[in-house]
Amino acid sequence: MVVKTLPEFPVKKGEPAYKLWIFEPGEKKEMPLVFNLRQLAETRRPALLPGHRLCAGCAAPIVVKLASFAFRGPTIVVTATGCLEVSSTIFPYTSWAVPWIHNAFENAAATASGVEAALKALKKTGRLPYDHVDVVVFAGDGGTFDIGLQSLSGAAERGHDFLYILYDNEAYMNTGIQRSAGTPKYAWTTTSPVGSVLPGKMENKKPIAEIMVAHRIPYVATATPAHWMDFMKKVRKGIEVEGPAFIHTLSSCDRGWRHDTALTLEVTRRAVDTCYFPLWEWTPQSGYMLTDRSLAIARNPKLKQPIEKYLELQGRFRHLLKPENKHLVKELQELVDAAWEELLRKASNAPR
Amino acid sequence: MAQALVKPKIPVEKQVLMTVNGNEAVAYAVKQSLVDVVAAYPITPQTIIVEKFSEFVANGEVDTVFVPVESEHSAMSACVGAAAAGARVFTATSSQGLALMVEILYIASALRLPIVMAVANRALSAPINIHNDHSDAYLMRDAGWIQLFAENVQEAYDTTIQAFKIAEDERVLLPVAVNLDGFFLSHTLENIYMLPDESVREFLGGYRRVSKVKVDYFDEEVPLALNPARPLSFGNLDLYDYYFEHKVQQVEAMKSVPEVVREVNEEWFKLTGRRYGDGIMDGYGIEDADIILLAMGSGAGTMRSVVRKLRREGLRVGLLKLRMFRPFPFKDIADKLKNAKLVAVMEKGISPGSYGPLFLEVNTALYELKERPLLVNYIYGLGGRDLVPDMVENMVKGLFKELETGLVQPRLRYLGVRE
Repeated sequence: MVVKTLPEFPVKKGEPAYKLWIFEPGEKKEMPLVFNLRQLAETRRPALLPGHRLCAGCAAPIVVKLASFAFRGPTIVVTATGCLEVSSTIFPYTSWAVPWIHNAFENAAATASGVEAALKALKKTGRLPYDHVDVVVFAGDGGTFDIGLQSLSGAAERGHDFLYILYDNEAYMNTGIQRSAGTPKYAWTTTSPVGSVLPGKMENKKPIAEIMVAHRIPYVATATPAHWMDFMKKVRKGIEVEGPAFIHTLSSCDRGWRHDTALTLEVTRRAVDTCYFPLWEWTPQSGYMLTDRSLAIARNPKLKQPIEKYLELQGRFRHLLKPENKHLVKELQELVDAAWEELLRKASNAPR
Repeated sequence: MAQALVKPKIPVEKQVLMTVNGNEAVAYAVKQSLVDVVAAYPITPQTIIVEKFSEFVANGEVDTVFVPVESEHSAMSACVGAAAAGARVFTATSSQGLALMVEILYIASALRLPIVMAVANRALSAPINIHNDHSDAYLMRDAGWIQLFAENVQEAYDTTIQAFKIAEDERVLLPVAVNLDGFFLSHTLENIYMLPDESVREFLGGYRRVSKVKVDYFDEEVPLALNPARPLSFGNLDLYDYYFEHKVQQVEAMKSVPEVVREVNEEWFKLTGRRYGDGIMDGYGIEDADIILLAMGSGAGTMRSVVRKLRREGLRVGLLKLRMFRPFPFKDIADKLKNAKLVAVMEKGISPGSYGPLFLEVNTALYELKERPLLVNYIYGLGGRDLVPDMVENMVKGLFKELETGLVQPRLRYLGVRE
């Protein structure tokens, strides 16, 4: 596909969606955050273009597109090895409308550190023709909870100015659904299979967002693609703060979670409704703040759904719904409740 | 007979005489080379480079952004990110640090990023050892990096500056590793001549200039960098339909390296009055030699002094110092060695179950010749074991005796190891 004339940005009504994002040197326009759907559709093009090969029903591209609607201007994207990377950039094609780099699996944050350091050096010596170029990382749970934790922790400690968006599909989906530190307790995966002795993964999910809070970086949040306005606001905040920001998004995988492709957003919505995955943000100034649906649940506890509502949609938890496993569901409910109560105690905007 | 001397552009009296160790020399070279990003992690014996450079940063003597990463893996990862964003990038490491980096070394070269890395050569664990040999350099042999070896502190300084010019040359666009022997060079004081800052800047043509490429999407050539004005994707998934071609392109890029290294060596000579043979190798007394020692790094200095002594005693022995190990100069080395009766490949590293890696290359190089010299492989100095001149002298004299008897066996030998 050869485009003879360079497209203008933002896209004009009726223009094809596959054009790249071009910011000519010296361009200083900041893109406003738009929530009106019609306006959004007419004026914005996502940074991830059509034609990528992610599965039907995958939440990752939704996460990326929503995030890119909240980019404020020139942006460089760094991606860890994973589904998103392999499916969006099969040579000679790329789905990325913005400058994009993939280095390896465990080093997305270190690579972003380098990109950010380079931008800083170019700016210092008057060679960066923009006010700011933002650096955004997309990485999966394997590249964040497990193999990439050191590099992320190091980059956070060094205070590089970048936004790290974790799209957490709760297992190594790219290699075929193996358990990670992001896999929840009692979930089936191919390396935590449900057998006659073991009911899936026996360990708890690592509290990654809280680990990032413990780094005392300027901004940490959780989000889902189902709560899209909340997510976009958080992305913009994460980009605007000086220093590292981290957003943990729950990104359902219909292949690994074993749910209908049409239920992608419904699953993540129920994760919030059941308080399995509460929505919050944290800054050193404000501490924990509940947002969106989770704030509504805190104000009106009747809205809180039982954990079964989340489990019942997913084949990876199917074994839990058998009568003999009732005690396991009860245990999960207790875990969720305890975490939720703790969050309510910590959140400064939760009703007392 | 007086040789006609070409007066260098910056004569010695205008250069700055400093007493520094190898690591400091490298740090000064980096300081003068307008490097945008340094990402490094401390490891003995490289640490002084990072320490010294941190001082330059702390005192505002450089505009460089220093990224004190949490591991060597992240050091090279950050270098890849920074170089892809258009920055001139430097890092330094040794031994285990290099081993941790290996995954990303391959990515750096395949993405054609002109990163420069100093390797203060140190033995690999286990047993853990902080002293010099070349096993770390051999570890990265196949990573697609240009590998240059310095013999002394002056050469470490000169080579570091030259490395940026070589790496960023449009014909090359490959990362360069500058090897300096741990402790023997890294921690040893030497009087060296440094250029004035502005001469180094002029030599390098100022800040890094990013090369341009032609891609389908754009009509004009675009900078090969992460550039919001002309977005490109770096590090795509490349399957059986393209990977092979891309690898071959990377291998082909190595072909232009010797030419560029020679040019840079000559240019440096005109500027400073210093050169290292033709930039690739430097012979001493090899024209009429029956026995030639082939070596890389600081050991070559010791061997040269022994060769000088033995030549005065009338023995026809020579030394060929190899400065560039990757790409390997097969033809040049065969030309230089072809008239010798015996070549002793002296090296500080071995591939267990085989020979030293340098020996294997020389074997391959000599295979093209109709009449080949005999070849022996001496492994010396592992884990920092000192190379004593007497040891080399006895070795050479013994080799001459073996030549007389005509029986040169075995091919693999150790020098300086207890029975």
